[in-house]
Amino acid sequence: MQLTEYLRKQKAEKDILLMTHLVLGYPSFEVNQEVIRQMVDNGVDLIELQIPFSEPMADGPVILKANQKSLAAGAKVGDCLDFAAGITAAHRIPFLFMTYYNILFKYGVEKFFRKAAEIRIKGFIVPDLPPEEGEEFLALAEKYEIAPIMIFAPTSTEERMRELAKNGDGFIYCVARRGVTGGKTELDRDFRDYMGRCRSATDLPLAVGFGISNREDVDSLAGQADIAVIGTRTIRLIDEQGPAAVGPFIAGLR
Amino acid sequence: MNKQGYYGQWGGAFIPEVLYETFRELGRAFAEVRHDPDFWNEYVQLMASYSCRPTPLTYAANLSDHFGGARIYIKREDLNHTGAHKANNVMGQGLLVRRMGKKRVIAETGAGQHGVATATMAAKFGLECTIYMGEDDVLRQRPNVFWMEKMGATVIPVTSGSRTLKDAINEAFRDWVTSMDDTHYVFGTVCGPHPFPEMVAWFQSIIGLEARRQILAAHGRLPARVFACVGGGSNAMGIFQGFLDDPGVELIGVEAGGHGVDTGQHAARLAGGDGSAGVAQGYKTMFLQNSDGQMRDTHSVAAGLDYVGVSPILSDLWEKERVRFTAATDREVMAALELTMRREGIIPALESAHAFVQAFKEAPAMERDEALIINMSGRGDKDIFTIADAFDDPSWKQFIINKGRAYAAD
Repeated sequence: MQLTEYLRKQKAEKDILLMTHLVLGYPSFEVNQEVIRQMVDNGVDLIELQIPFSEPMADGPVILKANQKSLAAGAKVGDCLDFAAGITAAHRIPFLFMTYYNILFKYGVEKFFRKAAEIRIKGFIVPDLPPEEGEEFLALAEKYEIAPIMIFAPTSTEERMRELAKNGDGFIYCVARRGVTGGKTELDRDFRDYMGRCRSATDLPLAVGFGISNREDVDSLAGQADIAVIGTRTIRLIDEQGPAAVGPFIAGLR
Repeated sequence: MNKQGYYGQWGGAFIPEVLYETFRELGRAFAEVRHDPDFWNEYVQLMASYSCRPTPLTYAANLSDHFGGARIYIKREDLNHTGAHKANNVMGQGLLVRRMGKKRVIAETGAGQHGVATATMAAKFGLECTIYMGEDDVLRQRPNVFWMEKMGATVIPVTSGSRTLKDAINEAFRDWVTSMDDTHYVFGTVCGPHPFPEMVAWFQSIIGLEARRQILAAHGRLPARVFACVGGGSNAMGIFQGFLDDPGVELIGVEAGGHGVDTGQHAARLAGGDGSAGVAQGYKTMFLQNSDGQMRDTHSVAAGLDYVGVSPILSDLWEKERVRFTAATDREVMAALELTMRREGIIPALESAHAFVQAFKEAPAMERDEALIINMSGRGDKDIFTIADAFDDPSWKQFIINKGRAYAAD
């Protein structure tokens, strides 16, 4: 509930909000820290921190590689939690965890929620946990007041979207197209129809992810979505130009 | 909301939302054929005319005499078209694909057996076919890549992760989340999200149905023990299903002990105590993973057993103590393979030889009038490069060197 309220308040002042993403420990926690500072300084409204997993089934090649390199460099779940604690203490915007269910499962699902609440994480995105498998997860989300972010896909029926929305909180993450993260999306008529179906299925704010990479994309989303998600693009930018390129890029999106 | 596809606490369907409708459609299509006797008959006839079914149950007289204990019978899944039990599942799913009207199939493959079987099915049924195979496996199993390509399949080497079977599965899912409208994912084993474990187990149950009939005819009563190697677990589930309701028949699954279960270099998830419960690749089972939940590297001389997870159905049968699990080391496997070739003129695949190891350990202490069955999931002669390597055979090496020189001179 807290997260939804924050987003509505922000949305009252801006045409569209920005959510960015990064893989913890890639290329290093030091770079993560610098990138987050630049993102926050340049007006990002919320950030998803991906805890790396060895089998990131829903992610495309760029984020997959970042997961692997982070793990190969020795990133542990405990390091990610410690790092996140420092970040949430240093910045005022909300932070979310994105990861795969095994990370929570192995840590202990309740223990993970307790820890995340303690370090003021506001939401979880777990792409391989449909609500059918998430009974315990959803109950704990309510108990610890961490928003369980549900995911809509272009293949979701309206009935399914309503079912998902009923279980979700914070906002809805709308996957812009079929496929994995990092591909290009055509913001065409089909897309507008899809966003219309998402809108009619829920009152929660809508975030659109997967393939958004420039100002035109962000502009054309205003009015259709509440939050534009920038994922793969910033990872590529850091790979190619280093962390200093992130600030100007974010500033140029809006 | 209904949780589907659980076996005790194992299984489920941990899938991204984009695949939700695809799985629903697949579940519906499978439920339809599952209760249609015509479909099963069509399947049995196809396997009879295309894949040598029923496969024989061979009495291994020499091995039985050699060990002096139980009578050893071998279920000959090696005599399937394409050389392994993988054909059963693949042809069954092929018939299902035809019913669903999809035009393209994708599959993961480890050793290459499932890939070859899928490419074969796609050629026969006129389907487009893409096979995902870990880069390490592409290098290890070049002959299988050759045949897949010759049958018209596109083989994509997977360079992520450990470059083996689990990574090929991830990559096949990445294809499927884009292509599901016209594409079916022919999952190769009794793992993955529901309904795959149930579906693959159903098609493979043909092994157990035949074996039960055959052993009663040959031996006059049920076997005391049935042995099968376990990678994902499809050949084991296939034969075990013929005897699950017979409490007097002991079922033994043999995992890859690699260099030894206490060395960390193995693929024993249930035997040996290194596995732990986890959720990955769309289902919950016992995985080889570290304390953070990251999957570990595995090792086996047999590429087809080299997998981090295991069937949720087998995890349940293990937990309920219906199936006993053991592991065979690479070294033991080579010895069992050699003995079987010398005594019976039969060449088991390296995977299947794991089951032979455990049967050979137990046969001597069994009664002479007891029978045991070894499920020989595949044949080894197609793996000549791997097996020759494992035997470190000098004359074979010289042959390859000469062949290489001849190619280089071209």
